[in-house]
Amino acid sequence: MPQKIITANRLIDGEVVWLGPDGDWVEAVAAAAIFDAAALEVGMEGARRGVAAGLVVDPLAIDVVLRGGAPVPSRLRERIRAFGPTVHPDYGKQADGKGTHP
Amino acid sequence: MNIQAPYTPAPHAGVYRYDEFDREFVRQRTEEFRSQVQRRLSGELTEEEFKPIRLMNGLYLQLHAYMLRVAIPYGLLNSDQLRRLARIARVYDKDYGHFTTRQNIQFNWPTLADTPDILAELADVDMHAIQTSGNCIRNVTTDQYAGAAADEVLDPRVYAEILRQWSTLHPEFTYLPRKFKIAITGAPNDRAAVKVHDIGLLAKRAPDGRIGFEVYVGGGLGRTPYIGIKTRDWLEERDFLAYIEAVLRVYNELGRRDNIYKARIKILVNEMKPKAFIAMVEEEFARVPRDTYGLDPAIVEAIRQHFAPPPLADLPARSDRFETDYAEDRAFACWVDGNTAAHRANGYRIVNISLKPIGGIPGDASSAQMELVAELADRYSFGEIRVAHEQNLVLAHVRLDDLHALWQALVPAGLATPNIGLVSDIIACPGLDYCALANARSIPVAQRLSERFADLDRQFDIGRLQVNISGCINACGHHHVGHIGILGVDKKGEEFYQITLGGKAEEDAAIGSILGPGFSSEALIDAIETLIETYLKLRRDRTESFIQVVERLGNAPFKEALYAAA
Ligand code: HEM
Ligand code: SF4
Repeated sequence: MPQKIITANRLIDGEVVWLGPDGDWVEAVAAAAIFDAAALEVGMEGARRGVAAGLVVDPLAIDVVLRGGAPVPSRLRERIRAFGPTVHPDYGKQADGKGTHP
Repeated sequence: MNIQAPYTPAPHAGVYRYDEFDREFVRQRTEEFRSQVQRRLSGELTEEEFKPIRLMNGLYLQLHAYMLRVAIPYGLLNSDQLRRLARIARVYDKDYGHFTTRQNIQFNWPTLADTPDILAELADVDMHAIQTSGNCIRNVTTDQYAGAAADEVLDPRVYAEILRQWSTLHPEFTYLPRKFKIAITGAPNDRAAVKVHDIGLLAKRAPDGRIGFEVYVGGGLGRTPYIGIKTRDWLEERDFLAYIEAVLRVYNELGRRDNIYKARIKILVNEMKPKAFIAMVEEEFARVPRDTYGLDPAIVEAIRQHFAPPPLADLPARSDRFETDYAEDRAFACWVDGNTAAHRANGYRIVNISLKPIGGIPGDASSAQMELVAELADRYSFGEIRVAHEQNLVLAHVRLDDLHALWQALVPAGLATPNIGLVSDIIACPGLDYCALANARSIPVAQRLSERFADLDRQFDIGRLQVNISGCINACGHHHVGHIGILGVDKKGEEFYQITLGGKAEEDAAIGSILGPGFSSEALIDAIETLIETYLKLRRDRTESFIQVVERLGNAPFKEALYAAA
């Protein structure tokens, strides 16, 4: 199974976030915790707690590949979420120093 | 707290003036939503409970953030409203907004916490985001040239407004089986794509001068595209509301009774067969109480007063000043030919403001551009702006004498690309750059295509050509009715694009047919260019447009040009 990370949108502002190693929600994909098959369910448990606590909505496990040790989402959809609209380099994560399209 | 004077719109903008009832309703809805957001943020409401509420207020969750869709009833704005949209973009968003094919505007980056304030700012100028989402009767769309067009039989805004009032006040129509879209045009030349709406109304005048409508039902795009069937060749003006009520009742009733009809009306009409559907509507129509739904001419007249024509001056048909500028300034002349249309009054033109700069994002406008257009509307067009479903803006009443000055003000703002109706005037949905449902990107395709055809002389030579792009089968970019339609699909994780040919949105509407296997993102623009080069070789002369050649010769020569080499 490919490695996974867990993503969601933050409730209050819609910001794209990922579950971090400390169970917190991080704003840069590079800081996301990476799960293998065995650990994923534990991660999703944590994500559901985030939903119950009203921190995030719509949690989802997504495939990543590792580049220089950092996770990069496999699907274009998730890369666009992780880095921003491809047509607006000045908006989204790519504009806030939180990652760039590979 | 800031106390503000009650809002009074520019006196002649052709926008419906709200009465106190409308204002109170919108204010209440805004305050109700504010408390619902607070309850959501405090954890009192779960997402399951809250999601339908936020959607009812036009707030979606997209790929990057929330997205707020603001209603622009029948695409009409006054300058204060446009300035307010610019302010909202600047203060709460990223300094731009996106005008849509449904004549609305979308903000792509608002926060949930700010949304009640945004709605309150909108309410100050009689705007809201109600009926922009969910299974209700959506914002009624109409001709962007309403009240100005030379070919107009009646002012469709009057009837669109009647429908707005009727649908907002009709509780049972807030929970329809599916969403419901109505479009209306007051001219025989359909600029509102009425035949691809759930109900489409086309005004006409009988030989004896009476006014009535042709009615089409069951049109729509999406997964199963249909051209509406004509259910009435003639509908009297006074029966307008009663008949639409009857259509909605039939739809609502069948939708409730049986689950398989929990679908768009187009599915119902086609499964029942048009004849049976029409008969049922007529039966229901006979039952609809006329005292409630008959259109009282006095009420129609009162609403017409709301759209009273602006005080147009009595001008000669010719303007020497205009003729001189037109003769001496070629770039201006191109713009006049490309972007302006005949007004019914002497000495005036309708001006289209292109939101399709070469390489730009179709339908996007910055706050500064919105403010400039608002100011120009005040100066040259009675403070009134329209949004066209092609994602452009319109100033409807500009004096010939003022055209050159208006053009000079638009050029430096990137708002004067003379490409209306040409290959670079592309309709594109947000696609995978924003939309959570997308399979593929739409905007970069539009950008690359318009760059490929950047040369305006080449565009003029190609002539009228509508290219429409959707990022998935929901068809927000109207690809089915593009002369060339492009649909983004996902092929094993890669963006892929299907091409359709022969679609049309006008009074002779048609659904395009798929040409053959799709193209990768890299190959797509070359493929479109091949289609256009093929047209140029096949046309009899410059007066034969792309779509006319497709209709004369069918898809075969285009298919051959595209696939023979492969
Ligand atoms: C980005 C967020 C958007 C989402 C999530 C969205 C979603 C949808 C969905 C699910 C449908 C199909 C529903 C059905 O067939 O019953 C649809 C239809 C449609 N959308 Fe959107 N849309 C979005 C943006 C837009 C924009 C920006 C426009 C205008 C440019 C637009 C215009 C339309 C139109 C015209 C249809 C009707 C097609 C028909 O007649 O069936 N949408 N949308
Ligand atoms: S057509 Fe699909 S991709 Fe485009 S905006 Fe609509 S739902 Fe999104």
